[in-house]
Amino acid sequence: MPSQQFCTFHLDGYLFGVPVPQVQEVIRYQPMTPVPLAPPAVEGLINLRGQIVLAIDLRRRLSFADRPPGELPVNVVVRTPDGAVSLLVDEIGDVIEVEESSFETPPETLHGPVRATIFGVYKLDGRLLHVLDTERACHAQDASAQAVDC
Amino acid sequence: MDEIVKDFLIESNENLDRLDQELVKLESEPSSKELLASVFRTIHTIKGSCGFLGFARLEKLAHAGESLLSRLRDGKLSLSAEITSGLLTMVDAVRRMLAAIQASGQDGEEDYAQLIELLARLQGETAELPAAVPANSPAAKVVAEPPPVSPDMRPEPDSDRESVAPDPAKIGGVLIERGLVQPDDLAQALEIQEKGRHKVGEILVAEGAARPEDVLAAEQTVESRNPQAAMETIRVGVTLLDRLMTLVGELVLARNQLLQFSNSTQDTGLQAVSQRMNLIATELQEEVMKTRMQPIGNIWNKFPRTVRDLAHSCGKEVRLVMEGQDTELDRTIIEAIKDPLTHLVRNSMDHGIETPETRQRAGKDPTGILTMRAFHEGGQVNIEISDDGAGLNGDRIRQKAIERGLIPAQQATRMPDRDVFNLIFLPGFSTAEKITKVSGRGVGMDVVKTNVEKIGGAVDIQSTPGRGTTVRVKIPLTLAIIPALIASCSGERFAIPQVSLSELVRLDAEETGKGIELVHGAPVYRLRGRLLPLVYLDRELGLRSGPGDEPSREAAINIVVLQAEDRQFGLIVDEITDTEEIVVKPLGKQLKGISAYSGATIMGDGRVALILDVPGLAQKARVIAEAHESAHEEARSQAGAEGVRDEHALLLAENGLEGRVAIPLSMVARLEEFPTTVVERAGAQEVMQYRGQIIPLVRLSQIIPPASEAEKLANAGSIQVVVYSEGKRTVGLIVDRIVDIVEERAAVEPLAPRMGIVGSFVTQRHVTDLLDVPALVRAAVPGLLDAAGSEAGSA
Repeated sequence: MPSQQFCTFHLDGYLFGVPVPQVQEVIRYQPMTPVPLAPPAVEGLINLRGQIVLAIDLRRRLSFADRPPGELPVNVVVRTPDGAVSLLVDEIGDVIEVEESSFETPPETLHGPVRATIFGVYKLDGRLLHVLDTERACHAQDASAQAVDC
Repeated sequence: MDEIVKDFLIESNENLDRLDQELVKLESEPSSKELLASVFRTIHTIKGSCGFLGFARLEKLAHAGESLLSRLRDGKLSLSAEITSGLLTMVDAVRRMLAAIQASGQDGEEDYAQLIELLARLQGETAELPAAVPANSPAAKVVAEPPPVSPDMRPEPDSDRESVAPDPAKIGGVLIERGLVQPDDLAQALEIQEKGRHKVGEILVAEGAARPEDVLAAEQTVESRNPQAAMETIRVGVTLLDRLMTLVGELVLARNQLLQFSNSTQDTGLQAVSQRMNLIATELQEEVMKTRMQPIGNIWNKFPRTVRDLAHSCGKEVRLVMEGQDTELDRTIIEAIKDPLTHLVRNSMDHGIETPETRQRAGKDPTGILTMRAFHEGGQVNIEISDDGAGLNGDRIRQKAIERGLIPAQQATRMPDRDVFNLIFLPGFSTAEKITKVSGRGVGMDVVKTNVEKIGGAVDIQSTPGRGTTVRVKIPLTLAIIPALIASCSGERFAIPQVSLSELVRLDAEETGKGIELVHGAPVYRLRGRLLPLVYLDRELGLRSGPGDEPSREAAINIVVLQAEDRQFGLIVDEITDTEEIVVKPLGKQLKGISAYSGATIMGDGRVALILDVPGLAQKARVIAEAHESAHEEARSQAGAEGVRDEHALLLAENGLEGRVAIPLSMVARLEEFPTTVVERAGAQEVMQYRGQIIPLVRLSQIIPPASEAEKLANAGSIQVVVYSEGKRTVGLIVDRIVDIVEERAAVEPLAPRMGIVGSFVTQRHVTDLLDVPALVRAAVPGLLDAAGSEAGSA
């Protein structure tokens, strides 16, 4: 039975996962340089051993409520065709192995940014694993990036 | 693949690039022996090498080309456009074969029989008409007469590079060219040379046919005409150079950290070492940078050919002018802009420059001029491609953009021409009346833009109807290390490239009050009698949004005087720290849309700092001014259409506890109050049912976060909705509280450039932000207003 490994993390009570090969590393929160005028999902820039990496707050990217003040997010650095991008999540979970057969595409009733940024869900015991489309999630905004600069 | 084959490929490809140029040049000066000889040499070398390497098909083709060339060289044929085209086709065929060799190690299946036949025909046809060949100077004949490589000709120390007979690259040719030797004497000397071991020069001197100093001078000329002989080089892989560059970048960062550390200690030994290290690192960095720099001429070389071919196929007359070929660029960038530039040139040829008849009718020179210009400016390389053609037709672009649903009609009519021209960079746009094979498939300009943006560049287009179009490609020096001024503002550090820096002005506390004056609301400073427009960095970046957050009037002010394109402006920052060498790292594409930054860098302490894009910032400050003006104009035109009553009417609303916003009343369809229970969700989008429609709701406080939240409890249970309609689309804008409607218009000042805000003004003693509702809605519900109606049901 074909199976795949996912690096999981929590976001506003939901369980998300990214295929393990796409994850470069997971690092704890560190101070970042804010980018004025950037889309709201852009949290800032971090220095990852000499490489400048953009950090995107996944909560804001998916239009979830903001993280309660005082709670520090975790950087999940993912590889994208345009270089590494850090996704800020609430908490990191385990690496789990799931069977391909338990996969389903998102339900028709799901709309908005979440639908556009997940491939689908894996049905786990008692909960659902949302598979993040990292490439899309790493776009700071949906198609309207120009609007900011006008 | 064999090393030897690899070398052959590299060398041949380089030679072919030169060949293109030389052939095109040859067409305009067909009598140049020097060019002809060089072309001949290249083909001869290729033919020779592939015979040796066993590429029979390639050899056969090159041979056909060589025969044709040798007739040209011998003066038995004169160059015609047809022959040039034939030769260029051969060059292309050779290139394809080389590509095949590269891919498979074989010279391909295609034997180009037709082409070889054509080349043979070109050779024979004119040969039958010897009268067509004007009797060339006897010199040419004499020089060319000896067989190319005579078996008994021993290579002499400095004649071994002269693979074949041709003349201007040889001493004899040079001497004749200069009229220092009689052709007959040379012919004689050549005969003697073939028999004996003496060089032509020596023989000529011995015979008294030439003066020794002339021969020496001619020798030097020959040297310089063989540039490959001038400098010793080795080939180094680009990846290795890239790696070196990255390492040097890291070294520079480490050096910066070391310097910072050593300055904080008293250890003189450490300080001396770090100073020394500093110098070495700087020098190393400069040298490594040089290894990667190439003149842009390297890729421009192929444009004469492109332009020639296109001019022929479009029936146009075009003269190509190139300026600044020696402008140096990082080689990765050179590679990346090759295709976009080609496309721009094609576009200018196809759409820009008119046919000779049209030009004449318009009273222009029938020959169009295509100018390519490259120069450094503001730490960037600018490449301009301009034509003196018909220019862009703003109205046609508007119309096309509306037809293709790229922008709504209302927006199009409001847009200034300059913005309209930039619409041609949108995907799926093409204004070509008819689709030609050259361009006009509507897949071009957006690809140009994407490719240029990929390397951190920008494209801008300017056009004057009837006068021509200029496309300017700006490429930042990514990967480069540049000196920069470090300034801070609102607690953040920013790097300002020193190339844009003119001077620094500091106004002491007492001076600030009288130093900064206002011209119709715009702050200026008198710098040596001239008014310098001022830009507040914090406002420009939206770092200080709320009122009362202004720096106190008494504080000293730092003005960084900057040069952007042709104008100067003063940037006001909180503090100026230092100058530092910074490593420019490009920003990801997520931040590409923000013109205020050209990149980011890592500071000595390991934190990231943004690099300000000075021209972008200047433009931004001006853009705001334009928006300001157009808002006025719009208000005026609306007043004309809708009567005086609405002229100054503004709806005032509260956003947060202290934030006041204003919406032109003409944009408000209705004001409504609803219980919060009407709010439903469609995905993440808040919606409500309104008059039989589902309309999206936009919370103002989410798009423009207020300085301090109003107490939600105050009107918990109900929401205030400003209903806005554009075309068939309706959107509800939720505000905290509707305050009043006022009929006045104070001067709107473009303050901090915040999305969705035109500017600010004072009314009822409150600083109030004038909202740009369409922009707000577009940002909040992307695609809603612009979409062509298909998603109406789901929205």
